[in-house]
Amino acid sequence: MSTALAIGPMPTSGFATLLADSWTVAKRDLVHLRRNPTAIISSIALPVMFVMLFGLVFGSAMSVPGGLDYREFLMPGMFAQSMMNGAAVTIAAVSAQRALGTLDRFRSMPMAQGAVVIGRSIADILTSCVDLLVLILCGLAVGWVTRSGVLPTLSALGLLLLLRFAMIWIGIYLGTVVSQEAAAGTWMLLFPLTMVANTFVTPSQMPVWLGTIADWNPLSATVAATRELFGNAGPALSSGSWPAENAMLLAVAWPLLLVAIFMPLAIRRYRKG
Amino acid sequence: MTPPTSTAAIATEGLGKRFGEKAALDGLDLSVATGSVCGLLGPNGAGKTTAVRVLTTLLRPDSGRAWVAGIDVARDPAGVRSQIGLTGQAATVDNVLTGRENLIFWARLFHLSPRAAAMRADELLEQFGLTEAADRRAKFYSGGMRRRLDIASSLILAPRVFFLDEPTTGLDPRNRGEVWAALRQLVAGGTTVLMTTQYLDEADQLADTIVVVNGGRKIAEGTPSELKSTIGGDRIDVHVRDTSDLPAAAAVIARVTGSEPEVDAELRRLGAPVSNRVSALTGVVGALADAGVAVEDIGVRRPTLDEVFLHLTDTGNPNTNVKEEVAA
Repeated sequence: MSTALAIGPMPTSGFATLLADSWTVAKRDLVHLRRNPTAIISSIALPVMFVMLFGLVFGSAMSVPGGLDYREFLMPGMFAQSMMNGAAVTIAAVSAQRALGTLDRFRSMPMAQGAVVIGRSIADILTSCVDLLVLILCGLAVGWVTRSGVLPTLSALGLLLLLRFAMIWIGIYLGTVVSQEAAAGTWMLLFPLTMVANTFVTPSQMPVWLGTIADWNPLSATVAATRELFGNAGPALSSGSWPAENAMLLAVAWPLLLVAIFMPLAIRRYRKG
Repeated sequence: MTPPTSTAAIATEGLGKRFGEKAALDGLDLSVATGSVCGLLGPNGAGKTTAVRVLTTLLRPDSGRAWVAGIDVARDPAGVRSQIGLTGQAATVDNVLTGRENLIFWARLFHLSPRAAAMRADELLEQFGLTEAADRRAKFYSGGMRRRLDIASSLILAPRVFFLDEPTTGLDPRNRGEVWAALRQLVAGGTTVLMTTQYLDEADQLADTIVVVNGGRKIAEGTPSELKSTIGGDRIDVHVRDTSDLPAAAAVIARVTGSEPEVDAELRRLGAPVSNRVSALTGVVGALADAGVAVEDIGVRRPTLDEVFLHLTDTGNPNTNVKEEVAA
């Protein structure tokens, strides 16, 4: 009994405590990934299979306006789609913790309360960096290259992680709302969202109404902006609609808007329990 | 405002909490003396878990007040959190981590240094008999080991007040025994404990005082033996051979003892409070023989806590229900 009593708890407020607690929470989630490689493999397997299927199988028959190489067109879409699908990982993790009573335990403790959600987002962002790295290697293997400089390339990666960051907050919010069973079905919600976009074809090739939806999809903004930043976009690619013309602006605005909506919702849900 | 009694580790006054139409807490008054073990006993939906959630700052009450370790739960939840430990109904054990890693994780979140966290983890592993399993992943632990690990992880800072929500629900008897042994040791150390339970033997084994709750309010309070004496002193127990004899036996017992017996049709048992052991026993034996009722067993004994519980929490009249079953 003596050790804990002699040392006593450190103050529970302050930025340093918040950082330390967040890192403790994040580290545990990362240990999970390290010891549970099947989770990583399955989260990476799907996009890798998409790259193989669309890049190599269908890709030969696909044509992009402007005569662009299809695999080059495809890869930025694959990167962004993988970031969007990351929401499912966050939802599953948060709803599992809630079911176990771990969230209640956290809330009954004298720890920095923000650490639970911040730790979660640190772990998810780091995991997504690994996902992204694997996909980039996969892309390079099928002939994708970045044709721009270091700065635009890094900006593109930044936009991708920004989209993932927005998805984390949607994921935390939904994870505190839905049951663990419902969380397993979130891909059904994500699937149409990631398909009705400019990932595989340009919206101008779709029926008009569908193309409009695809144009306004937050995913499309990130895809179009990263295509441009990687130098993978031809001039004829834009459908000419407002969202397509302002993809760069929307690729920043959409995620920020989602964060502005879902971060307070997620924190409020967490506090209320 | 100060708590009603300064020696109470837990005090509540008229605590109320509604979920929609349903009142989970309906004016609950509690007072748990420092260093004592209070068993909060009640059927499912009685408000036990809600009471624990309010006292551990997880839920805000709609009305009434609550103090834990002298701190107002609503005004200073952070202050309360630094004084308490909570083990909820679900074990928050992380299956992927080893037992030791689980404890170190929680110790770090209680802001112990890495070295102190490791030392404290070792102490707790020892205290809860988990030293040998310390480096095994928790997914290989038995139910009882997981519970003990979960309890240990709530005790990192040796809290002044410890809340346990149904500590052995879902465990087999052997694992329950293990958890009880661990809790008895903890209680011997002087920690104030509030535990909820649906099991009377659990409250009987561990609690100094028992508070019986039903419908969100306290319906009885006392030591286990005090509660047992609330439904009278000795009881006569009759076990008849044939279910068809139950109404006749009930009539006999009612006539001799002067009170309507409780009937368990399934077990073919009848029971009633008696004032004089010997005369009741001889009177009932003789009268049953006269009535031609075949008796398997008959005896006089002290009431069990189960009977107290049923007596206190049954809102309907169980006797009528049983009689209908017998008649049918």
